[in-house]
Parts: sequence; C-alpha cells; structure tokens
Amino acid sequence: MISEQAKQRMRELAARYPVARSAVMPALYIAQAEEGYVSRAALEAVAEALNMTVDDVESVATFYTMYYQRPPGKKVIKVCNSISCYLRGCDALIEQLERRLGIKRGETSPDGRYTLLTTECLASCGTAPVLQVNDEFVENLTPELVDRLVDQWEAEFQTEGQSQGRSPAGAGGC
Amino acid sequence: MPELIITKHLDVPGIDRLDVYRQYGGYEALEKALREYQPEEIVELVKKSGLRGRGGAGFPTGMKWGFLAKNEPRYLCCNCDESEPGTFKDRMLMEKNPHQLVEGVILTSYACRVSTAFIYVRGELAYAARQVQRAVDEAYAAGYIGKNILGSGYSLDVIVHRGAGAYICGEESALMESLEGRRGYPRLKPPFPAAVGLYGGPTVINNCETLSTVPAIVRNGADWYASFGTEKSKGTRIFCLSGHVKKPGNYELPLGTPLRTLIYDEQYGGGILGDKKLKAVIPGGSSTFILGADKVDTPLDFESVAAAGSMLGSGGVIVMHEDTCIVDAVLRMTEFYRDESCGKCTPCREGTYWLVQLLERIEHGHGKMSDIDLLLDICDNISGKSFCPLGDAATSSITSSIKLFREEYEYHVREGCCMVGPKARKPAAAAL
Repeated sequence: MISEQAKQRMRELAARYPVARSAVMPALYIAQAEEGYVSRAALEAVAEALNMTVDDVESVATFYTMYYQRPPGKKVIKVCNSISCYLRGCDALIEQLERRLGIKRGETSPDGRYTLLTTECLASCGTAPVLQVNDEFVENLTPELVDRLVDQWEAEFQTEGQSQGRSPAGAGGC
Repeated sequence: MPELIITKHLDVPGIDRLDVYRQYGGYEALEKALREYQPEEIVELVKKSGLRGRGGAGFPTGMKWGFLAKNEPRYLCCNCDESEPGTFKDRMLMEKNPHQLVEGVILTSYACRVSTAFIYVRGELAYAARQVQRAVDEAYAAGYIGKNILGSGYSLDVIVHRGAGAYICGEESALMESLEGRRGYPRLKPPFPAAVGLYGGPTVINNCETLSTVPAIVRNGADWYASFGTEKSKGTRIFCLSGHVKKPGNYELPLGTPLRTLIYDEQYGGGILGDKKLKAVIPGGSSTFILGADKVDTPLDFESVAAAGSMLGSGGVIVMHEDTCIVDAVLRMTEFYRDESCGKCTPCREGTYWLVQLLERIEHGHGKMSDIDLLLDICDNISGKSFCPLGDAATSSITSSIKLFREEYEYHVREGCCMVGPKARKPAAAAL
C-alpha cells in the first residue's frame, strides 16, 4: 500500500516540473521508500499521480538499476568491480563477502538481511576498493575492514532481534 | 604547488554552508554579473577565457552557449551523472563545495537567458545529491535563486533531479530523455540540444566541473583564467588519478602538466605502487585509448594527448603497472560497456556482448589466434556505427591494447594463460 501522504508528494512533484511525467523518477523513489521495492501498487500509485499508464511507468522503472523489481535485503551491499577497483583488488573482497554472507553476488540471503551486488564505477576510484551499504560509502577497503564491517552488521541485526524480542509491539518498523 | 582555482577552498571547514561560502567570496561573482554584465557579455567572457568542457569532449564552453537558438523557454542541464570508470571529481565537487556549483549554474543560466535549470545528479551519489539540494535550498532562501534575483529582474528556477543507475544518462541526449521521464535512450543528432533540446526548447548542457569553474572566471576575468594552461588548452582541471599509484586522488593542475609529474611527483601520485615499472596509462577515463609507458612525458592538454593517440576525456587517469594482465583489464572494462549499453542500437547491444565473449575466451585460455583480428573487426563494426558515443567508447581499450600489447593476446591463445600478473604461470613451469 502506498500512503496518501506519498501520493500527495508525487502530485506536488508533478506540479514542480514543466511537464508532469518528468516526476516519474523521483515518484518511483518515493514509492520504493514505502515498499522497499517497486511493487505493483507502487507502479499504480505513480501512474495515477502522474496521469500515465502503468505500463509506461513500468517501462521507466525497469530501465534503471536502482529501482528494485523484488524486495531486496535490509542491507543492500553494492561492491564496485570496475577497472580502478579491479586494479586495487576488489575481486578478492567480493569473494570474501560471498563467503562471509553465504550468498553469491546478485543474491539476497534467505533471512532477508543482505543483498550482495556488484556495481559499476562508483566515482570513488581514488579511494578504491569501495562499496556502498544502503547508499552510504565505505572506502579504502581491506580484507580486515570487510571482516569488521560484516561483524558490525551481524551485531546490529542481533541487537535489533533482541529489542524486538523484548517489546513485540515496537517491532515491524511502523 | 601551482595556484588552484576549482579546488581552492575545497577543504575549508563548512564551505558547504552558505555563510562560510560567502566569507570566501561566494556569490560575489553572481552579484557582480547581475550588476555589471549583460548576459551576452558573460558569454563573451567565457569564450575569451578559453574554458573547454570538462565532461569528456572538451568542447569550448562559451561557443556552446553562443549556439543556443533564440526562442524561449530555454533550459540548462548540469550534467552531474558522473559514471565514467576512473572519474571521481564531480562527486567531490558536489559533496564538498556544492555552492560553487550552484553559483556556476545560476551564472550560466543568466548568461544563456535560461529560466529553468536542472542539476542531474547520478542516482548512486545520494550524499552528493543531498549536499547539492541543501545548497539550492539555501540559495533560494538567500534570494540567489527564485523570482527577481537580487533585484535584477532576472528569475530562475533550479531543480535537483536524481538519476537511478544508468551510465548512458551521462550522454547529453539520454540525460534529457531521462529528465523528461523516459528510459534513457539517446536521441538522434542533429538537431543538437542547442536548437531542440529538453521539452523541445533550446538547451545548454554542461558538466559539473565546467560550471564549477565559471564563478572564478566571472570574478577574476577571462585573461586571468587564460593565463593558466597552454595556448589552446587554457586553465586548470582536476585529474582523477587512480590505479597502481602510491597516492591516488584528485589533483588540480594547469593543463599541459606532464603526465610524468602527475604520476611520479611526491605532491601528486608519488610513483608506482611497489616501485614497479609503469606499463600503461588510460588518460581520460575508460572510454579513451590506452597509452604505453613511452608516452609518460606527454603534456596533459587536449592537443598533446590527442597527438599521443588518445583523449583527455573526463580527466580520469588510470595507471597500470607491469604486473597487470592487459587482457583481463580490457575484459573488465568491456564488461562495463556491455552492462551499460542501453540496447537501443544493434551494433552496441550485440557487439559489446560478443566482445566480452571473445575476451573471456582468450583470457581463460580457450581463444583462437583468429579471435584477435575478429575483436578488431567487431570494434570496426561498432565504432562510428552505433547510435551514440557509448559504442565507440567500448572499443577504445580493445583496439589500443591490441596495438600496444598484441603479443600478450597471442600469448594467451598460445599458452592458455596470462603472460603477466597473478594468473601467469611460474617461470619454471613455463619453461617446460
């Protein structure tokens, strides 16, 4: 379900641009923020707000890699594997992440915690190798740093799990 | 260290905030322009400064502005869709000094009589987009953007637009398609954006670094800017140094500085990682031709790099040392173009897949000798025959590497393994 508030923001965006459909990309971001991915409901909400057909919105959503077609993990890890990171040894780090997270690149862990992706040059070649966790950069990666990161994520999920266990009313992210 | 222009105040704490930016002379150029100059005079000023586009093509900026058709409304698109492998300057400019960019956008909009400007920020650069959005918001609040700016009668609207993961949107016509809310497919040219661009109106499209340079030119004058650099390549630019160097990073240098200085000088690259031998350099992002180590004394200006057989491109200087397997490196770059080909035209869509297949086969020891010439043949059928420059770009590293390192390709075919690098056979085994 896309909230009325989100739909209102989409309509405001449509008015901000010279032509309403120019707001399709920001509107898709708004919808994705609500559902975690671009669901059927998301496509319908954007189409309605911008007076487009659902197929038309979908044609845009499927072109750009940052709109997810299915629910991603809570932590989306994107590791750059373009030339500058390659020269600085990113391949070994990707394999290390695959081992630690128990998934291959392109996969989401069955518990829904992690999605591991390789991505094109992230404009961080001076601090290569580099990855992003939910759009935040981690630069100058080393095997030790990758290990510490995974430990830290695991600890975060553990605390989250415990606090949810104590107060079930607070769970579910509402 | 030579005088800095674009990165001069980059490390001032708080320069990303309006008050600090103003303490360092921020928005003085805009005030001066609105007070003293007619729009056409700024176009002339930038023409005279010799500023050339920093996105890749190096087209003279003022001349581009001068081409705009007279009808209205006109639009400005600032291309901050930085995605060229090896390039990381625009991200830094947006994150650290976003007001400089915003001031450049306003000045350019005034010079070109634009009423709506867009700043198209690459989707992956979320923090950069937030920084630019905040700068735009602050500029609106201070009256630098909006209706009747500083009482001049000039009005401007600025919209920050985020991409969503597509290299092709850095191509100017694909960027406009994306801004219009469509898939980022390039358009046929002509008509050029200056005549028929965004929403069918005359449109000027400039790179982030180019527009970040405009305030300094307006403040200090065309002659001052033209005093840096060489006769035909004026000013400074940011070189993004990456790969096998001791100190990778962004370095602003006058155009014409020798490549050797950038790579080896202690103030910049500090030499090759592990003090190994230099093998090759890509001077302007992965879309430009690879240069051999013998070209290390090439001055980094548009003309000299072209004479050496490549392009200054986006300023992404990628350094490779002697232990780099050129076939594997080229394969990695070609995979990028395969993944980022938009699929609109056949030579690029099919050709890049085929190139990757052949390179994989050679790299993994299953190649045939004829594959090397087949690669060149496919490159010839993509380059100049695809819809937009992405196709040409996909072939640069292949054709130049076969020219420079053909024996390495042949070695892969003959011996079934790499000639150098971690996957090369040990000397004892090779002797068997």
